[in-house]
Amino acid sequence: MSRLASGGRIDRTRPLSFTFNGAPYRGYAGDTLASALLANDVAVVANSVTYGRPRGIFSAGVEEPNALVQVGNETMLRATQVELVEGLEAIGLDGRGRLQLDSPSPARGGGQGGGSDRYDKIYSHCEVLVIGGGRAGITASVEAAQTGDRVILVDEQAELGGRLLSAGWSDWLAGSIASLESAPDVRILTRATAVGHYDQNLVLIAQRLENGGRLWQVRAKRVVLATGAHERPLIFANNDRPGIMLAGAARTYCNRYGVAPGKRAIIFTNNDSTDDVAADLKRAGITVEAIVDVRAGEAIVDTLANKIPSPARGGGQGGGSLRGVIVAALTGDGSRREVECDLLCVSGGFNPTLHLFSQAQGRIRHDEGLACFVPDVPPPTIEVVGAAAGDLGGRGQGTIMPYWVVPSNGQEWSTHFVDLERDVTVADVRRALGAGMRSVEHVKRFTTIGTGSDQGKTAGINETAIIAAQLGQPVGSVGVTTFRPPYVPVSFGLMAGRNRGDLFDPIRITAIHPWHVAHGAVFENVGQWKRPWYFPREGEDMESAVLRECRDAREGVAVMDASTLGKIDIQGPDTAEFLNRMYTNAFDNLKVGACRYGLMCKVDGMVFDDGVVMHLEPNRWLVTTTTGGAAAVLDWMEEWLQTEWPDLKVQLTSVTDHWADVAVVGPRSRDVVRTLFPALDVSPESFPFMAVRQGETAGIPVRLHRITFSGELAYELWTPSWYGLALWEAVMAAGKPFGITPYGTEAMHVLRAEKGYIICGQDTDGTVTPQDLGMSWIVSKKKTFVGQRSHRRSDAIRADRKHLVGLLPIEGDQLLPEGAQLVAEPEGAAGVRMVGHVTSSYRSAALGRTFALAMLQSGRERLGSTVYAPLNGHAVAATVTEPTFYDKENLRRDS
Amino acid sequence: MLIPCPWCGDREDIEFKYGGSAQVAYPADPASADDATWARFVFYRPNPKGQMAERWVHTAGCRRWFNLVRDTVTHEITPP
Repeated sequence: MSRLASGGRIDRTRPLSFTFNGAPYRGYAGDTLASALLANDVAVVANSVTYGRPRGIFSAGVEEPNALVQVGNETMLRATQVELVEGLEAIGLDGRGRLQLDSPSPARGGGQGGGSDRYDKIYSHCEVLVIGGGRAGITASVEAAQTGDRVILVDEQAELGGRLLSAGWSDWLAGSIASLESAPDVRILTRATAVGHYDQNLVLIAQRLENGGRLWQVRAKRVVLATGAHERPLIFANNDRPGIMLAGAARTYCNRYGVAPGKRAIIFTNNDSTDDVAADLKRAGITVEAIVDVRAGEAIVDTLANKIPSPARGGGQGGGSLRGVIVAALTGDGSRREVECDLLCVSGGFNPTLHLFSQAQGRIRHDEGLACFVPDVPPPTIEVVGAAAGDLGGRGQGTIMPYWVVPSNGQEWSTHFVDLERDVTVADVRRALGAGMRSVEHVKRFTTIGTGSDQGKTAGINETAIIAAQLGQPVGSVGVTTFRPPYVPVSFGLMAGRNRGDLFDPIRITAIHPWHVAHGAVFENVGQWKRPWYFPREGEDMESAVLRECRDAREGVAVMDASTLGKIDIQGPDTAEFLNRMYTNAFDNLKVGACRYGLMCKVDGMVFDDGVVMHLEPNRWLVTTTTGGAAAVLDWMEEWLQTEWPDLKVQLTSVTDHWADVAVVGPRSRDVVRTLFPALDVSPESFPFMAVRQGETAGIPVRLHRITFSGELAYELWTPSWYGLALWEAVMAAGKPFGITPYGTEAMHVLRAEKGYIICGQDTDGTVTPQDLGMSWIVSKKKTFVGQRSHRRSDAIRADRKHLVGLLPIEGDQLLPEGAQLVAEPEGAAGVRMVGHVTSSYRSAALGRTFALAMLQSGRERLGSTVYAPLNGHAVAATVTEPTFYDKENLRRDS
Repeated sequence: MLIPCPWCGDREDIEFKYGGSAQVAYPADPASADDATWARFVFYRPNPKGQMAERWVHTAGCRRWFNLVRDTVTHEITPP
């Protein structure tokens, strides 16, 4: 045991049991897994990712590149950040991660964010957000609190104090924290890491909670970055052995955790900070065998390992833990001495932690005197204080001799590790430069330095220095790689929060939805809407259900819930003029009590949306949009009203959810409507196609419209949503004698395609004009409308544009896949030209065969010819036809 | 990014829809524009590094369109 007899901030009255790689150990409350492992003399924690070299604990914090562990199903954790709890079961990671394909884990779903973990999100606002709870951050918070501002202080550790926790500042800490806790508007978040700093001081904070976490999204007027500094190592041969750690970390283990990380220590340094380290190690009873200081002209050129591999794990190539070092003069005069040790404390100076600063677009510069990058120009609402600002006095850096890599005899660089997590060496950097890389960003990508889960916190600046030395450039001009969020790894579970499963996205349901559920509908998602897809009967698959639903709509009567159609109520004296300008066809001649199909284009002349325009009262209209296009059409109309035609007196209101819409479809639909509305004259003469009538049935107010999307005689019955379910049930009851059948969106698609009715967004894709669709009849030449000029552009009148056509596969049971590309030649040689694509494809009950709609180059010139859809290893041949397959004369529609 | 809606105040950008440059006027008489002039209006937009006058609509709020000037580098927003 290397636990010191006294000292540290651990609670010796609360011993804890835990296991590591299956072996039982003891620690105390207040330990991290790392400090507890050191206390139990576990030197090797993990094996490195590429070379499988044994690795120990290198740091005491977030920057840890070596000691990667798995706790439960949560993997890629840093032992230095795992708080010890009773019964903790951890294993060290061994090389590359592997998917556990053979052991599904339903309880937790695998990894972070699994089933039993709870994550949520919270938004907060404050005048001052202080990031980092060390001396500088606490001081800034105390000052800010005195102004009465709302202050949030966040720190990634379990308790505030930062470096002070390792330096015996307990009284100052306790007093300052007490003053913050008594201030009225100060919120202190611990175990909370600020991971992203975005525009206008939006800061994302990942807080660790028991069995989960919380994502804070804080908006701050001012951010104080007190993010401290990370110590960086010096680089030499075999600098990765267990027992080699950052000097400050060794001090932390002694002072904060009451653990001696070794018995015989050597310190290797280029700055003054190690003076305190040496003193504290001695106080902890550790023998300091030597202080090797490059400022005194010597360096550690190599390290020696114990021959016996560590029993804990593999101990792959490279041997075991540290046994000693080889010290040589910097002059390279050949004098070498060997010194035995089991702990090597390394300090190459300190790097201010500027990740968040850089994310927030702060500019940094290289400071020659401090041998590090420091903030240069902070953004206006960001202040950097303490070590992060380059004030390294607290770290005791003092005088520093910039020094990075100790050459070894024979110029061998393959064990000079730059990035320990990624197993990248000086040899790799030299190889990248030899391959012509010059930018630090390119070297990063070539070598993968800084791309590990530690984001190269101990490696990045050393990489820069190596490049600078190799290229003979100043460190400052090589620069650093871009800092990108997140600062530490964040689980997908935390990002998702509660937005999972049923809460992933809002679900919109119609007033009639409960009936659909009760009658076994299979649903499909249309945007956020749940729409019945089809209503299978006992023993039916989708295909047979849809064929039956289509047959009933064509031969008897069928009913569909069309409530999801977008609906916009438009009022005002200038509405007719407004509609004339928005739609390609005219509406100023549409009488009250009538409706008309309308098509809308964007300014580029391409079809945008379609729907039915209803003229309800002299100054009141209502338009429908596609289900998916409702919000976009409303925005589009508002844009023109507000930005180009503010003189028009028109008001728009979205009423999509206000109305339920029951479509009664088929040759017997008139019988059903007559049963429901005996007082209404439903004869074709009195209530013709595209007419609107008012009615009432069983106390339900209903507006009836003779609109069809199937080509059959059909009525759309609209009622306020409150009555939606009652109306549907009344329709089902009235229709029962006529064999009424509910149908879903799939049958709707088949029926409309048989008639060649387009669906905007399925048959069109933003590159299709009304003329391409063969719908010139709906494009007025007598008025102006949005997109009109574009229809005369040379591109819009090309002869080889794609036209909407029908396709009949020559073998009538072959179904073309939607999206299939079309070619003109049966045996496609390489490089064959694609001439179109399938947009809709179905099996038709009415036609007794398959059919499709397609966009085909010069399609109207190709009627009667054959095109081919090359699929996996074969081609489906189809005859090009007009896009209308059923009742071309519209006799059924108008009946 | 926070966007100052003239009616609702500072709101998160997810409540808004972007309307592109505010410096492109709709041609007075589209019918008389030649193809090149019309194409320039339909397809060409400025893309400056720095200050840019833009149109936004508070689509999940008051639904009003408005202009602002945004620095495309710093996202600093000033009224038009």
